[in-house]
Amino acid sequence: MSETVTGQVVINDPDGLHARPAVKLTKLAKSFCSDIAIKAGDDGEWINAKSLSAVMKLKARHGAILHVRATGEDARGGVDALIDLIKQNMG
Amino acid sequence: MARCTEQFLLGQPAAGGIAKGVLRVLAPESMDDMSFRAGEDLSTALERARRELTRLIEREQGTAGDILEFQLALLEDEDFLQPVRIREREGHSWQEAWREVLDAEITAYRDSGDEFLAARADDLKDLRQRVLGTGMVLSDIGDDAILAAVDLTPSQFLQAYAEGVSGIALSSGSATGHVAILARERGISMVVGLAADMEQLPDEAPAVLDGEEGRLIIYPEEQTLTICTQRLRILEEEEQIAQTVATLPAKTADGVPIKVMLNAANPDDLERYSPGICDGIGLVRTEFLFSGEALPDEDAQTQAYERLLAWAEGRPVTIRTLDAGGDKPIAGVTVDGEANPFLGLRGLRLSLHRPELFRIQLRALLRAAVHGNLKVMLPMVSVPEEIALAHEQLKLAQKELKGRNIPFGQVSLGMMVEVPAAALMAEHFDVEFYSIGSNDLIQYTMATERGNAAVFHLADGRNLAIMELIARTAQAGRRLGREVSLCGTLASEPEHVGRLLDAGLRTLSVEPAMVGRVKLAISRHVINREKVEQ
Repeated sequence: MSETVTGQVVINDPDGLHARPAVKLTKLAKSFCSDIAIKAGDDGEWINAKSLSAVMKLKARHGAILHVRATGEDARGGVDALIDLIKQNMG
Repeated sequence: MARCTEQFLLGQPAAGGIAKGVLRVLAPESMDDMSFRAGEDLSTALERARRELTRLIEREQGTAGDILEFQLALLEDEDFLQPVRIREREGHSWQEAWREVLDAEITAYRDSGDEFLAARADDLKDLRQRVLGTGMVLSDIGDDAILAAVDLTPSQFLQAYAEGVSGIALSSGSATGHVAILARERGISMVVGLAADMEQLPDEAPAVLDGEEGRLIIYPEEQTLTICTQRLRILEEEEQIAQTVATLPAKTADGVPIKVMLNAANPDDLERYSPGICDGIGLVRTEFLFSGEALPDEDAQTQAYERLLAWAEGRPVTIRTLDAGGDKPIAGVTVDGEANPFLGLRGLRLSLHRPELFRIQLRALLRAAVHGNLKVMLPMVSVPEEIALAHEQLKLAQKELKGRNIPFGQVSLGMMVEVPAAALMAEHFDVEFYSIGSNDLIQYTMATERGNAAVFHLADGRNLAIMELIARTAQAGRRLGREVSLCGTLASEPEHVGRLLDAGLRTLSVEPAMVGRVKLAISRHVINREKVEQ
């Protein structure tokens, strides 16, 4: 069954969504079969969360609100996992 | 603790000296990196790059590991690769497509105004080279590393050198190849043609590389180490004598003055030497001046040439125009897929094929010539018509500079003699000087590919046919009053020096590290005049 789930989280990492967390985030996103998109701020553009190249260019800084949207069988799990990752300050 | 048995591996000496250190085996995957080899397409190049990175990541932690993870993740990002595939489908070669897309990404990162993104631009550059198969990353090999591999490209060697490698051990490779030349020039011991499966050698085992005898000794016994230390000391003493001789003008035992020039790849290498040891620079290999990359723009080239002239303090500086092709491919300049690149578009042929690139270099040379005695040398010349065409390009370059109101100096134009046709007919070429490139002359005369260990025994500089061609060229030069020098490996080998002087040569251009030993050999030689004045 396919569904669309959304969520949002504030980026707490002082360095924002830089290379190391971006790699982690895309790896995590790829572990879900749903399409997962993210955007930085309300006015941002949705980009593919599984593309490191796109995530890098998001330039999501500290304090920005990251929106997560997933569509597919495991959409709920995908959104939750990504939000958890950001909340943990990207480990 | 049980000690491992000492192992002796035999090969051929390629660059002297003895290195004691730790064996570092270059991962076999890394050796597949020659994407200019026919056969590799985008997916195999990407697959190779991923394997290389994965292997490196296993060894790395911390920052270096993160950097590599980032690069690997990009290679696994289909969105990132998509534009490359599109351009490839549009009819570009995958290398072109990859380079174009990566260059655009690098610029975008650098100019993003975001410091984190900008800091990653260098990673993208690294990645660009890794996939293209040039400028491979040899990280953390350490100061006393003896690098063991099947073969190395010149740019790989330069990278290993930058990492502080002390010895190079190859199972393939050649004593006259460019890596060997670079190794001799930089005083790095090197052995080629080692009878061993390099990939199976124990990584990080203690080892001694004997570049004098051509041996690699793994797990050396105490006794072996002692002998090596003693031999090192003797070598150092010999070297000291040579160093003293190096500063004196060269003269044979019967009093004939001989000019000894230096071969150089880049100004940094020369800084270690005093110009007082030589009569000028006899060969600058511009293809190595910029780390095996395509030549930079006119201004950057001009500056590099000016530095060489400044170093020489008024002595002549002979700069060879780009000698790409053959075993020195340059992405975006040389032609891929030639069945026999050594007989293809290389040297001057390539420059005449790409006249706009050629003239950038000529303009830079002309501009630098304001500051000293600059000689321009053309590589891989076969027929006099090529020289005529080069003269035309030189005139055009002068006109272009005039048009731009940029001052320039006079240069003399000479040629390399490395094709037998040119050696036989030297006087028919409209040049001011000749320089014999013995490595290629041997390769083309003996029909022995210089990198092929199986035919190595035929590529012997002492062969009479080679000596005949050298003598003929020297004779032509004497008749026409044009200087003839020899700048190949032969000149840097003290045991050959006497033979070259007997053949009529009075100028030799040698690796900087060999100046002393060559001058010593000159001082001990009495010229056999029967051979000269015929």
